[in-house]
Amino acid sequence: MNAAVIVFPGSNCDRDAVCALRDHTAKSVHRVWHRDTDLPKVDLVLLPGGFSYGDYLRSGAIAARSPIMAAVQAHAKRGGLVVGICNGFQILTETHLLPGALMRNAGLKFLCKSTPLRIENADTPFTSAYDDHGETAIPIAHHDGNYFADEDTLDRLEGQGQIVFRYVNNPNGSSRDIAGITNKAGNVLGMMPHPERAVDPLTGETGGLAFFKSLAGAMA
Amino acid sequence: MKAIVHIRPRSGVLDPQGQAVAGALKHMGFDEVLSARQGKIIELELGDDDEQAVRQRVQKMCEHLLANTVIEDFSISIEP
Repeated sequence: MNAAVIVFPGSNCDRDAVCALRDHTAKSVHRVWHRDTDLPKVDLVLLPGGFSYGDYLRSGAIAARSPIMAAVQAHAKRGGLVVGICNGFQILTETHLLPGALMRNAGLKFLCKSTPLRIENADTPFTSAYDDHGETAIPIAHHDGNYFADEDTLDRLEGQGQIVFRYVNNPNGSSRDIAGITNKAGNVLGMMPHPERAVDPLTGETGGLAFFKSLAGAMA
Repeated sequence: MKAIVHIRPRSGVLDPQGQAVAGALKHMGFDEVLSARQGKIIELELGDDDEQAVRQRVQKMCEHLLANTVIEDFSISIEP
C-alpha cells in the first residue's frame, strides 16, 4: 500500500506518522505539501496532528481550505482511505468529510496523556486488528478535542456503527465519550488520540500498533 | 466599505470559555452576571460600495470560512 501524509504549516506529527506508516503499513509514504493540488497515486491519505496555521480562526479551519484538500475530498469520494489524527480530525470536520465539530476541552486545559480507549467497532479498515469492544491505551495531546454534534447526528453515528473509539474516562467533555468516528461510507476516520505516538515500546506504549496493522491488512 | 462580522457560540452549545469568564466575573464581585458567551469579531475592509452585493458576499464568506455553523451563529453589519 502507498500512503501520503499531508504537511500543513504548523503540522508537527507528520514525521511520526510517516515513520509509523513506513515501519508498519506502507510500501512507500509520500509527504505532500498543502499547496500542492494533486496527490500521488496512493491508497491512504493521512492528515497529521499539529497546529496548522497556529489554530487561527478555529482549529483546522484554514487548513481545510488549502489547495490540496480538493484532491483529498476527491480521493475520499472515490472510496480511498482517509485518516485524520487530532488536528487532522479537526480538519476533516471543517471540510465536512466528517460530521460535527471539535470544541475547546470542557476543562479548558490542554491535555497530554495516555488515555484508555474502547474499540466500539472493529469491523473497519482502521480497527480490524483490535478486539471488538476491547480496550487499548493511546495518548491524547489536544486543547480542542471536545466532540460536539446535535442529538440527531449523534444518534445516527451510533446507529450506523460510525463511533469507532470511545474514551473509557472522558477527558475533554466529548458528546457520548466519542474519541473517533468514521463517515457513513466507512472510508474516512477522524480520531483525537495519536496512534502514531504509540507504536514503539521505547517511547512508552504500543496501543497504536494494531491501528497501523489494521491499515496494512485493509490494503493487503 | 466595512463589514463587521460577529460570531458567537450557538445557543445550546456548551461554551466553557464563556462559563470561565462568567465565573471569574462573579468571583470578582460582579454578582449580577448570570452568564457569558464568548465569541469573536472580524472586521473586513472591502473594495466594493454596493451594500447589497457586499452583504451577499460576506454571507458567503461566513458560511464557507468565517463561522462554523455546526457550533456558531454569525451576524453581519455593514458600515460605510
